[in-house]
Amino acid sequence: MEQQAISSSSDVVDRLEDQSNNTGYEGLVQRAENGDLSLSILVSGVHCAACIQKIESKLSQEQDVSAVRLNFSTKRLSVLWTGQKERANNFVKLVEGLGYGVRPYTPDQAKESVKNQERLLLMCLGVAGFAMGNIMLLSVGLWTTSTETMGVATRDFMHWISAAIAIPAIIFSGRPFFKSALNVLKSGQTNMDVPISLALLLATGMSLYETINHGEHVYFDSAVMLMFFLLIGRYLDMRARGVAQASAFELLSSLNDFATVVENNATRRVPIRDVREGMYVRVSSGEIFPVDGMISEGKTTVDTALVTGETLPRDAEIGDAVYAGTVNLSAPVTLIVDRAAEDSLLADIVRLMEKATQGQAHYVRLADKAARLYTPMVHSMALIAFIGWWGVGGMSVQGALMISITVLIITCPCALGLAVPVVQVLASDKLFKSGVLVKSGDALERLAKIDTVLLDKTGTLTLGVPALTGTYDAHEMKVAASIASHSLHPLSKALCNVYDGDLLEVKDVKEVAGRGLSCVIDEKAVKLGSRSWCGDVNAKPSEQPELWLSVEGGAPVRFIFQDELRTDAIHAVKAFIQKRLKLIMLSGDQNSVVQKVSMACGIGEYYGEQTPPQKFEFMENIKSNGGCVLMIGDGLNDAPTLAGADVSMAPGTAIVMAQNAADIVFMGDKLFPVYETYETAVRTQRLVRQNFMLAGLYNIVAVPLALSGMVTPLIAAIAMSGSSLLVIGNSFRLRLKS
Amino acid sequence: MSVLIYLIPVALFLGLLGLGAFVWSLKSGQYDDLEGAARRILIDEEKDQKNNEKQDDN
Repeated sequence: MEQQAISSSSDVVDRLEDQSNNTGYEGLVQRAENGDLSLSILVSGVHCAACIQKIESKLSQEQDVSAVRLNFSTKRLSVLWTGQKERANNFVKLVEGLGYGVRPYTPDQAKESVKNQERLLLMCLGVAGFAMGNIMLLSVGLWTTSTETMGVATRDFMHWISAAIAIPAIIFSGRPFFKSALNVLKSGQTNMDVPISLALLLATGMSLYETINHGEHVYFDSAVMLMFFLLIGRYLDMRARGVAQASAFELLSSLNDFATVVENNATRRVPIRDVREGMYVRVSSGEIFPVDGMISEGKTTVDTALVTGETLPRDAEIGDAVYAGTVNLSAPVTLIVDRAAEDSLLADIVRLMEKATQGQAHYVRLADKAARLYTPMVHSMALIAFIGWWGVGGMSVQGALMISITVLIITCPCALGLAVPVVQVLASDKLFKSGVLVKSGDALERLAKIDTVLLDKTGTLTLGVPALTGTYDAHEMKVAASIASHSLHPLSKALCNVYDGDLLEVKDVKEVAGRGLSCVIDEKAVKLGSRSWCGDVNAKPSEQPELWLSVEGGAPVRFIFQDELRTDAIHAVKAFIQKRLKLIMLSGDQNSVVQKVSMACGIGEYYGEQTPPQKFEFMENIKSNGGCVLMIGDGLNDAPTLAGADVSMAPGTAIVMAQNAADIVFMGDKLFPVYETYETAVRTQRLVRQNFMLAGLYNIVAVPLALSGMVTPLIAAIAMSGSSLLVIGNSFRLRLKS
Repeated sequence: MSVLIYLIPVALFLGLLGLGAFVWSLKSGQYDDLEGAARRILIDEEKDQKNNEKQDDN
């Protein structure tokens, strides 16, 4: 919805040739050492290869532009050029002219560090892979040839080469484990990385010792293989989590935009966060109100759907309060700011969301729970093996240590580490193909546990845009569509959407705020608008939104609209009820409308006229009573509840903020993908539990063998990898069965 | 066995070459936008066209 608003705002800007817009970007330009200028901006509305090409080729045709690159994953556009700073505004204008929304990009420290971590892991993985391949090459020779044939000198030579590859590789690629282990040890705790680090260091140290003393128990291959497999699991996990973190950082970016401030009869563009109480801000039609305020000049219609969830726009004139995040529909107005951006309703909602997001951090993932249980067990087992064989069994320190290392390697939580991320990555991939985007790694885990579903009405159960119902005379449609094409009002847009013929020539179009449009067609006065303005006041009142068309000398005609239910809403609701989930509808719209919709789709419990904090409280109440909530919503008014619920979903048409707050975004006009996602989540959880069981079973068999000293570290490493492959194989069953 | 003197360095060199290529591709940001890269293959080569156009203009 916001994308629509943004692109239509740029249309308006073009039409009015308003010079005051699209400026202020020169302040964001950075100068490189060689004098080149660079600009980074966020572009919204990019969704395919054609978009990338359109934007990049348009800008690269500009003079002096040396490089243009649009990052599809982060939607960040970087432009490099030489010359003047002010050209930044031109570039922004060009991109907006192509129909895309543009926001300033402010580098985020936290986000950058996530990116760097991901890169580091990938680098470690590459180095570990290289080391593993080369050491294995040597090891195959060592395994297949006996020492008698090869001679001790050759064997030592091969061991030394292995050491030369393995030791730097382990020092380099083992860092993620060592660092994390060191950190928890400092705080007097333990995690999975402690036994991993211990196994890596001990195995390497022992192997080096053996190599120096011409021994045969050299296991660099086991150590490096172990590290490689663990890094794969770590990287997959990081990617699944990285997406979720990245989107949380974008919450406040809507406050990075600009507002047009009027001072001494001149306008200037000011970043929204710098707008202060008492300033005058001009908002042209189609623009989003940047701050809360009172209208001081002009009269307009305001679309509050994003903030309050009401379907129909509200009239606003001098003295009326308007809120940040709502859209100015019909005419330019000036408002006097009564609360700075940080205190606006929008900012309140953002703060509520931050609170909600923090509350969510308490969730302990299944894998972490398992790790907490597992780690102390591994430690004590390895220690018992060492003490048992050395102290009680009377074995040499070296031999006992070898058994202890074998225990550490064989119990290494590879399978455990892969059990969750592999299934999750596969499930996300599968859902992505059917148009559902899972943004946070553990969303599916949380989704599988829900017992209550909270639904928003407008835009969630319904499509969120009014559609024309009934049949009308072709000529009347033509007249109505011709005049409606001059307005941004949702009803006018709906009229134009269904009409696809030629338009008549229209003269003297005037938009009367709160009433409608008037114009002249074929020298006859034509009006399109509310009942009281140009309709038949005595006609039977309608419960649905309506528009009246009156042509001079004729009787007025009524057009009736309806915000239609998603076609499969009833089907999806039924499916949820069959799974014994409780469905509750929460809407900001009027009670009567809410009641009607809930009846239509079979939801028993519903609440209308809910404010954003009320929705949030309602959800908190259920949670504190032990419930587990799935929230589905699309508006700003749902955003805090989306962020605070155990798990949340938003349709692809939702405003950016709601999409960011939600864990899962579903595309298209259907509601059923929501249920399918739930089902996939339940199946994913089943597979995860199976994986844990497989990993456990493997340990039950392998650990006694290792403890009894019947297994060498090499066999341990192979067994450990085997169990990892088994777990991966089991995860792929998610794809086979449909 | 003396063949190992040549073969092991050769194997290691080839491995290092691969590692070097990987490090280079990582550092030059080729893994930063995997989704975009997947879609870019659908874009026709623009540069040649543009150069041709310029030549035509001349």
